[in-house]
Amino acid sequence: MKLDQLSNNITKRVKRVDHDELLPEIAHQLEEIGFIPGERVMVMRRNLLGGDPLMVRVGLSTFALRKKEAALIEVEDLSDHD
Amino acid sequence: MTESTIHFYPKEPLIALVGNPNCGKTSIFNLLTGGKQKVANYAGVTVERKEGKLVLNQQVLRILDLPGVYSLYPRSLDEHITCNVLLGRATGEKKPDLVLCVLDATNLRRSLRLVLALKRMGLPCIVVLNMMDVAQKRGLNINVTQLAKELHLPVVSTIGVESKGDHALREKLKEIDLSKSGLNELVEVTNQSPSYQTEADNQVVQNILKKLGLDQQIADPISDQLDRTLLHPILGPLILFVVLFFIFQAVFTWAAYPMELIKSVTDGISQLILENFPDNWIRSLLVYGVIAGAGGVLVFLPQILILFFFILILEESGYLPRAAYLLDRMMGSVGLSGRSFIPLLSSFACAIPGIMATRTITNARDRLVTILIAPLMTCSARLPVYALLIGAFIPSRELPIGIDLQGLVLFSLYLSGIVGAMIVAWVLKKIANSKTSFHPLMMELPSYHFPSLKNVAIGLWQRLFIFLHRVGGTILFLTIALWFLASFPHPPTGAEGPAIEYSLAGMLGKLLATILSPIGFNWEISIALVPGMAAREVVVSSLGTVYALAGQAGDTAEALTPLIQHSWSLATALSLLAWFVFAPQCLSTIAAVKRETGGYKIPAIILTYLFLLAYLASYITYHVALSLGWG
Repeated sequence: MKLDQLSNNITKRVKRVDHDELLPEIAHQLEEIGFIPGERVMVMRRNLLGGDPLMVRVGLSTFALRKKEAALIEVEDLSDHD
Repeated sequence: MTESTIHFYPKEPLIALVGNPNCGKTSIFNLLTGGKQKVANYAGVTVERKEGKLVLNQQVLRILDLPGVYSLYPRSLDEHITCNVLLGRATGEKKPDLVLCVLDATNLRRSLRLVLALKRMGLPCIVVLNMMDVAQKRGLNINVTQLAKELHLPVVSTIGVESKGDHALREKLKEIDLSKSGLNELVEVTNQSPSYQTEADNQVVQNILKKLGLDQQIADPISDQLDRTLLHPILGPLILFVVLFFIFQAVFTWAAYPMELIKSVTDGISQLILENFPDNWIRSLLVYGVIAGAGGVLVFLPQILILFFFILILEESGYLPRAAYLLDRMMGSVGLSGRSFIPLLSSFACAIPGIMATRTITNARDRLVTILIAPLMTCSARLPVYALLIGAFIPSRELPIGIDLQGLVLFSLYLSGIVGAMIVAWVLKKIANSKTSFHPLMMELPSYHFPSLKNVAIGLWQRLFIFLHRVGGTILFLTIALWFLASFPHPPTGAEGPAIEYSLAGMLGKLLATILSPIGFNWEISIALVPGMAAREVVVSSLGTVYALAGQAGDTAEALTPLIQHSWSLATALSLLAWFVFAPQCLSTIAAVKRETGGYKIPAIILTYLFLLAYLASYITYHVALSLGWG
């Protein structure tokens, strides 16, 4: 499941960040700011119109992400193990 | 902003502060250096460089505040600067002797990765664990000794927002042997390559956190609580609007008394000079040049400080990026992202730092559009012009619910600039082929902080200094230059009318007035606009000088307000206000655009489109006002 599909206030775990060919920089940046495999992640709220941008908690940090950015982040259940 | 390049290497040890954005690095910098700071730019690039001095045990230490970074993998301009300084590659900058790595104690996971990257660089490093008070409040008990053991580095804890919060750090700095060999002991020899290794570092960090029993996540409950209201889908934007509106009201109402005070002091001084000096050209220069000019701008200091006070509070509290979050959707509709909000908001203070701040926008097109519209944000240099015209032509009337008419007009001028900018961005979006464009946002929303009064005070002090520097430098110089132009050559004997009409400035003004009279500008305004190209507020001082010299060989430097009230129509005043919403009346901004975009193309586009827009807006305003009978 991708992060942009996740409902509000459900904690998941980052599985991986897609290194989209079109947006290689974006994926790197997402990793740098903390979207790293294993990190806990949750969508806290969405803006009113169209739900963009999303307010996302990753680890202890909070970021505003656009849907397209969130769509690069694959998440999994906390109970899933590799 | 003071801008100069630094090209010398003082012999004192250089200590660099490195840390993630929002880790409280600047608070630590302020604590260590107090008021002894110097703001400048790095050589060749417009990244703000802050340096200060700390004296410990009679030894002077230079403290350098580096731009906040998430990693040492250079991607943005900020990260390039930080990396280059740390590697000793930055132009005009020596390699730091010691690095203070500032960590946000409430977010160790992210900040520890930076420590690991720094260690690989082989620089002597002290870890500064900041925001320990907040961490403790959230139940995070960090064992400093154990952390030091795990990292093989000295660790001290600090509280950036308390006046003695840097005690432990100062003690540590006293303790450390700052000689070459002493510092080398703080370097851990590693064989790892200093390359990019997020995954591996993350494992190491994870292990450290586990050993310290800190691998549970505890977010900030207070911030989450506040966000529930402040970022509420409906309440949030409403609150933002009210906050901004309140600020503009305060700029007018709070400043009234201190402005009166400054005015009576400058009036008193010119009165004193007029009474005690013989009537010659020196007296004329002092009264009509220096005091009417520079003094006329100084009056607006209280308003500028009040505006900055609020901007600093919003910045310190962590509300600014949230405003960007709230506005992202709106910005998106004109083809921008919320990221453009912070540069645009800085542009309300001054377009130059705003244009500099656009380098945080990763998308090149977004950055360019933001630079193009940044000059439309009403900068504080326009405030004196607006304040003068509104004060002279708009009655101070109490409207329902305690709103003042003058404040309302000021707010609508700011709004016109914003609406104009949105339209320009929208047009650019329509012109450009935006199929492939992607506008990243990816912006951190830091925890709320109670604004530290000390940081706000230091920020205000810097603004005050920069403003006075401008008044004493550029503005004073231009006023004196204009005084000369407006005083020479003397009128031929037997000539009628004020002497200024025969001067160089008078001739130039009349020439310009032929172009500008369709929008209601007389030759006095036209001439004042020319030196105003250097800095907008100079228009006020120039009008002061022009009118003082055009006065009936008066014995008093009469205040500008009643003068223009008598000689301008309301239509002219409104037209001039409209002109200032759009006109690119600032060469430093154009120079900053040239530097940031690396060529003359964009500056030329900006100059052209803004002048056309200004002329159009003034033309419409003037003719609508005339038809309403305000001529």
